[in-house]
Amino acid sequence: MLSAQSLAAIDREVAKYPADQARSAVMGALRIALVERRETGKTPEERCLNTEVIEFVANYLQIAPVAAYEVATFYNMYDMKPVGQYKITVCTNLPCALSGGVNAAEYISKKLGIAIGETSADGKYTLLEGECMGACGDAPVLLVNNHKMCSFMTPEAIDKKLAELN
Amino acid sequence: MLEIEIDGKKLTVPQGSTVMDAAHSVGTYIPHFCYHKKLSIAANCRMCLVEVEKAPKPLPACATPVTDGMKVHTHSDMAKKAQAGVMEFLLINHPLDCPICDQGGECQLQDLAVGYGNSSSRYQEEKRSVVGKDMGPLVSAEEMSRCIHCTRCVRFTEEIGGFQEIGMANRSEFSEIMPYLGKTVNSEISGNVIDLCPVGALTSKPFRYSTRAWELSRRKSVSPHDGLGSNLVVQVKSNEVMRVLPLENEAINECWIADRDRFSYEGLNSAERLQKPMIKFDGKWHETDWETALAYVVKGLNGVSADHGKDAIGFLTSPHSTTEELYLAQKLARAFGVNNIDYRLRRSDFSADAAQQGAQWLGSSIAELTATKSILVVGSTQRKEQPLLASHLRQAVKKGSALNVIHVADDALLTAVNAKLIVSPLALVNALAQVLKAVVELKSAQTAVDLAAVTVGAEAQAIAASLTGAESAAIVLGNLAQHHPAFAQLLKLAQEISALTGARFGLLAEAANSTGAELVGALPHRAAFGAAATAGLNAAAMIAAPRKAYVLLNTEVEFDSYNPQAAVAAMKQAATVIALTAYKGAGLLDYADVLLPIAPFSETAGSFVNMEGKLQSFNGVVRPLGESRPAWKVMRVLGNMLNLSGFEQNSAEDVRAELLAKGTLESAFNNALGDVAVNTAAAAGLVRIGEVPLYQADAICRRAQSLQQTADAAAPLATAPSSLLARLNVAAGKEGLLRQGSGELKVLVEADDSLPADTVRLATAHPLTVGLGGMFDSIELTQG
Ligand code: SF4
Ligand code: FES
Repeated sequence: MLSAQSLAAIDREVAKYPADQARSAVMGALRIALVERRETGKTPEERCLNTEVIEFVANYLQIAPVAAYEVATFYNMYDMKPVGQYKITVCTNLPCALSGGVNAAEYISKKLGIAIGETSADGKYTLLEGECMGACGDAPVLLVNNHKMCSFMTPEAIDKKLAELN
Repeated sequence: MLEIEIDGKKLTVPQGSTVMDAAHSVGTYIPHFCYHKKLSIAANCRMCLVEVEKAPKPLPACATPVTDGMKVHTHSDMAKKAQAGVMEFLLINHPLDCPICDQGGECQLQDLAVGYGNSSSRYQEEKRSVVGKDMGPLVSAEEMSRCIHCTRCVRFTEEIGGFQEIGMANRSEFSEIMPYLGKTVNSEISGNVIDLCPVGALTSKPFRYSTRAWELSRRKSVSPHDGLGSNLVVQVKSNEVMRVLPLENEAINECWIADRDRFSYEGLNSAERLQKPMIKFDGKWHETDWETALAYVVKGLNGVSADHGKDAIGFLTSPHSTTEELYLAQKLARAFGVNNIDYRLRRSDFSADAAQQGAQWLGSSIAELTATKSILVVGSTQRKEQPLLASHLRQAVKKGSALNVIHVADDALLTAVNAKLIVSPLALVNALAQVLKAVVELKSAQTAVDLAAVTVGAEAQAIAASLTGAESAAIVLGNLAQHHPAFAQLLKLAQEISALTGARFGLLAEAANSTGAELVGALPHRAAFGAAATAGLNAAAMIAAPRKAYVLLNTEVEFDSYNPQAAVAAMKQAATVIALTAYKGAGLLDYADVLLPIAPFSETAGSFVNMEGKLQSFNGVVRPLGESRPAWKVMRVLGNMLNLSGFEQNSAEDVRAELLAKGTLESAFNNALGDVAVNTAAAAGLVRIGEVPLYQADAICRRAQSLQQTADAAAPLATAPSSLLARLNVAAGKEGLLRQGSGELKVLVEADDSLPADTVRLATAHPLTVGLGGMFDSIELTQG
């Protein structure tokens, strides 16, 4: 279900913990599974985690599927719902909001024609609101696909970023 | 030791105790939900907040370790305010509709809200609601809005059940308790989460909404199923068993019971219960009264004995019957001159009967077994044979015991196994002989068994090293080993290993009263307490050389025999089959001539001797149903009607006293065998692995509807390693044809590569498979 490359990456995560503590690697393993799905998935449904993938990861780590499911549903960076090729998460917490965070989210929303929480019809973008990313000084900030942090996202910067992604 | 003061009471507690432990030890109650003495500490409900002097804020008693000189106040203003605050939060999302909740009246949240909460709620906003979940036919998770997220159920499945089947998904106010999506909770001890759940979120599916907790009377009893002898509280209303709960007994079942113990009561109220004596004539069944039926029985027995001699009569009894019933059964048989009596219907090897020196038992107490550092379990499908003991063994492994396994199938034990040898039933003796040889080599010792032809494998080496290296060791033989055609050799080998390693050895008694049956001498070669007896035929011999008359006590031979095909044939050819039974089962209706309704364990006084040799007596919890009578009474009357002396007992207690006057329990048990020849060669050939399914073990659980809907009660299928299927040209996933003797069966065949080569696994004791032959005999498999 996962590529040899992903499995090797999971093995590396597992190796970080004592031999009988493979369950400690569940967060890393789910992250690796999600990245693979995002990169290889053709539709929003294929880009998120689902019960089969979670069960696969759990079995790979030899833990109960529901234990992996608990983790996957606890942290909101694990996409459990269909998601666009680019998931844009804009921080709208207070410090960011004071420096244009909400405006940035609204600007993207208008530009992509999707409301917050929605995925564009072509399955390319998903727009989400996020919680503090620890970079309030750089507000407005947003994350692309969990891993890429973008700072000072003025409308111009947003235009540029979206053009880049396109 | 640490000094602590709780509400002004000074006490000392051992290092590592929590404030909760300390409070319990002096009988101070601290309210709690998530804390449970048998589960790990979660400290997530916060109900147990107490004031600790010098701590700036209240601390959770369940998770706060005692420090020397600590002063705790459980009732101070600070503590009370904290408790009331927590209660208010807990009730924010909890429905306040106790009158319609199944848990009402026995709900910890309800009780503690009365004790520690406010009389009305300040919260006016909308409460959250959570959709119900499907956890299977036993546990209802219909009302998950009631859940307070204590995670006791989650911790139970993981820590006691061995596999986390329930989890808490999502976060914060979206948290939900659920099994994995699309799965049900299949643990064989799952029902305990119902007791653990402090609210009405998890309830008993068969019981819910049938009655109120305060309408039930509580009576003590003992489980009639496996050999553990779990203590029960049976709850009764209007002379009907409504529910069964565990009665705490730390030395036996702790505070748990298996699902079979908990839900089998449905079988007691089954429509198949026999309520009146019945006689068959002209091929039709007629209800009759006791007098007529007993006269018919007496005439039948006297007739057969006059025409064919006493030896033409056979008594087949059940290890699920009480000690008193089994004692009177053997007394009746022997007084009448019949020596053919046995309780071991599922055994196939009786060659050690002559070598037996005492009643067979576990060889230690249950507590001693679970405290043993190295345990070897031979031939036991542990979780299905002894569901709760299997969980005890898992706890033992957690505490550092090494669990070693010799078995015929590699089933998940949900625990770490030190070493395992999975072999065909035909190689089971060889496997244990390997261990013996390895022990002999390790110890540079001698043994009388000829081991020249045995080659020791790595796993046997590891098992031997574990047994010899540990400070205490035990070897126990499970049901499968006891039913195995080479049982005597297995026991002998265990004895030899024990002699060299100091390990204890014994049997995991199959049924609630297997050990009791041994004790009272419901055996062809031993009478009560091992008294000499004129040798009679054993169970297998009574079937192999069919008798003219059979007396069946509490048994349905098609489900309870090693070879159902032969057993049913023997019944059918008999001139008369007299069945003392609580049920009019289809088999009995077919081959019996007279059915005498007897009371199951819940309707008679009696006792069971569990695997550790502990005699536990109990009283009937309800009156016998219809015209059924306790079996001991029936046999007493039969004794009188047959003009035999010694049948004047007035109560089950009388019978018990008469039995116990014959010997002492302490010296009655001995597993040692005299001479038994051991053949260590592993035979070749295709053999059946025919185990008894969890919920087919005895007449009561066979009729418990809810248990019969579980995954464990699914229709049996045949599994075999794919190498075998390929060789036989049989497709996996399709129906195949199985043949044993004159019986054939078309059944779904699946591949299972964890099985040893040349084995076909197909359950016995199931309506589907009763036409087939011996449990561990050869079998043919074709595509058909
Ligand atoms: S279902 Fe019951 S036992 Fe499980 S977490 Fe909720 S309240 Fe606790
Ligand atoms: S009992 Fe202590 S926090 Fe729940």
